[in-house]
Amino acid sequence: MRRAVHAEWTKLRTGGGILLAPLVLAVAIVGLGAVAAGTAKAGADPGRAALAGLDLGPAIVALLVALPVGAEYATGMIRTTLAATPRRSAVLAAKAVVLGGPVALAGAVAAAGALLAGRWLGLDLGPSGAVLRAAFGSTLFLVLVALLALGIAVAVRDAAAASGVVLGLFYLSPVLVPLVRDPAWRRHLEQITPMNAGLAVRSLHVDGLPIGPWKGLAVLAAWAAAALALGAFALLRRDA
Amino acid sequence: MTVFAQLLHAEWTKFRTVRGWVVGALVAFLATVLVGLLGTGGTKLPHGSAEPLPVGPGGEAVSDTFFFVHRTLTGDGSLTVRLASLTGADGAGLTPWAKGGILVKAGTRPGSSYAAVLLTGAHGTRMQHDFTHDRAGRPGAGSRWLRLVRTGSVVTGSESADGVHWTTIGTARVRSGAVGAGMFATSPASFHTSGRSVTENPAVATAVFDHVSVRGGFGGAWRGEQIGGAPYGPEMRPGFRTAGGTFALTGAGDIAPLVGGPALGNAFPVEAFLVGAFAGLIALAVLGATAMTAEYRRGMIRTTLAATPHPGRVLAAKAVVLGAVAFTVGTAAALVAVRIGENRVRADGYAIFTVPALTELRAVAGTGLLLAAAAILALGAGTMLRRGAVAVTGLVVLIVIPYILAMSAVLPAGAANWVLRVSPAAGFAIQQTLPRYGHVWSEYTPATGYYPLAPWAGFAVLCGWAAVAFGSAVVLLRRRDA
Repeated sequence: MRRAVHAEWTKLRTGGGILLAPLVLAVAIVGLGAVAAGTAKAGADPGRAALAGLDLGPAIVALLVALPVGAEYATGMIRTTLAATPRRSAVLAAKAVVLGGPVALAGAVAAAGALLAGRWLGLDLGPSGAVLRAAFGSTLFLVLVALLALGIAVAVRDAAAASGVVLGLFYLSPVLVPLVRDPAWRRHLEQITPMNAGLAVRSLHVDGLPIGPWKGLAVLAAWAAAALALGAFALLRRDA
Repeated sequence: MTVFAQLLHAEWTKFRTVRGWVVGALVAFLATVLVGLLGTGGTKLPHGSAEPLPVGPGGEAVSDTFFFVHRTLTGDGSLTVRLASLTGADGAGLTPWAKGGILVKAGTRPGSSYAAVLLTGAHGTRMQHDFTHDRAGRPGAGSRWLRLVRTGSVVTGSESADGVHWTTIGTARVRSGAVGAGMFATSPASFHTSGRSVTENPAVATAVFDHVSVRGGFGGAWRGEQIGGAPYGPEMRPGFRTAGGTFALTGAGDIAPLVGGPALGNAFPVEAFLVGAFAGLIALAVLGATAMTAEYRRGMIRTTLAATPHPGRVLAAKAVVLGAVAFTVGTAAALVAVRIGENRVRADGYAIFTVPALTELRAVAGTGLLLAAAAILALGAGTMLRRGAVAVTGLVVLIVIPYILAMSAVLPAGAANWVLRVSPAAGFAIQQTLPRYGHVWSEYTPATGYYPLAPWAGFAVLCGWAAVAFGSAVVLLRRRDA
């Protein structure tokens, strides 16, 4: 397993330009958050405003995962990988570690940076349990997105198609759910769609939300687990 | 030209024989239809509540509810009154578009043709006809004289401060033959919005008329009638009293075209069934962004360029094939989604926001055009960036994020409108069928379904993005080696 992780890390490191993505992720989250924090309406949830940049998170994380995985299939490198590590579940696990790690690191830095920037811009973000929850939960949100994207990317084996699927999963719901007329049906959709549920954790005041912060992350984790299971099934059953 | 036709044929052959692309087009079709039906789910209304909305002479959904005291007018004639006062219910004020005045109407069926001169709560005297036409007269409130004169099929409306000096406001055509002519009063409700909840405050208007005089072919006696069903319960008591030549009418409702926003109620506009275009757009963006990159990956590009040593023409042929496929997929999916969606919401007890057939056609075919332009934008971006995934992500972020920002009421209204003017998301304006009228109050904001640009102007913005991406891609292709 350690060798598999090392091999994945070497591929990622030498793939060219891909280490830029975590940096882009952090900068985008802090930057958009600062803009939102500066223009937030009075009465807006401070955590939600400072972490508004998380809206962009799934798009960048999807790329960060789909590009190297897609490239591996496009170049045929996957055949070498599977020859070197015949245990395919180990390959998938190693990919999860190598792709999830940088996302976790960048996410933690970004969440902390965004919350500090929000505080500096005058939002009520003093140290408290809720702020810590938002920081930790936001990091976890991004890691879960990365795992979900990994499952999809391995299943569809093409970078563009994988980003399309992940983007659809995350960005269709915020567009469509508000258009649903029936309040009960809308609330139900807000509880089960990965974007709405997973992002509940960034709010400090969670009483009025359709789903609680940890439950929301659990919903996203279920989506990620399902995607990984799909990816594992495809990887184990299919010929590379 | 025959060279280009051969190119087109080659590109079409590539498209239809690559399984992934055909699957992608099918996915786009299904996603547009199925996601479009998502918004129609939910609770049913009690049986029988889906009364179709009245439709005006132009084919648009209208509100046609008022109290009418009228006689029959056959042939030429004129009706002159003094509107002594227009007031609201005790305590509650008069809403800005409360109406009291005189009108001639081709029958009592809601939606039938009419012409009216009237006083409003806050917008002065108006001459209005057939719901969508409105011409302002003298501003201000207070009593005034109103007159309608019918000559043949032309009705002329005029007003006067003293009953002696008259000013013509406008003319309208109403069918010749027998029409109802008389006095009316009505008032739309006022709405209070906070967040997602909308509170409707019922309102009535009472109009008092005296010095009523008729000339010409009037027959029968004055008769009071509620047109279009009483909008509120009996406690609002629409009706009229008459004593000594004075008529006092109380009415509620409106004589106006329907618009979106808080007053829309339980009606679904056509675009509600077309939101699946977002899903179809993502699928077609994947197709577009990879149409050129796939050639590089498989080395097919060398064969292609050996056959036609003009990369620009190759890209143009791809754009034509891709655009045609996307247009077909989008239009077909929109047709199916509207058909199924309308049946579903009707079965659930909701009404359809009727629009003229041409408007509906524009929204349906516009969905195809929207997807075609987005696919060509993706083709250009994918060719420029050489990485399909980056192009797809960039495009979705460029289209969906502005849309979410504008709709979610995070941004102030000015910024939201600005975002929807310049970003490719402006193209969704082509799906808007909800009309906007200066003489009907509503909240005309992105959140209620109103784009800041007109349908074709918004689509032109998206086309501009596609043209820039396509042009840059052609320039880059010429410079680059295959």
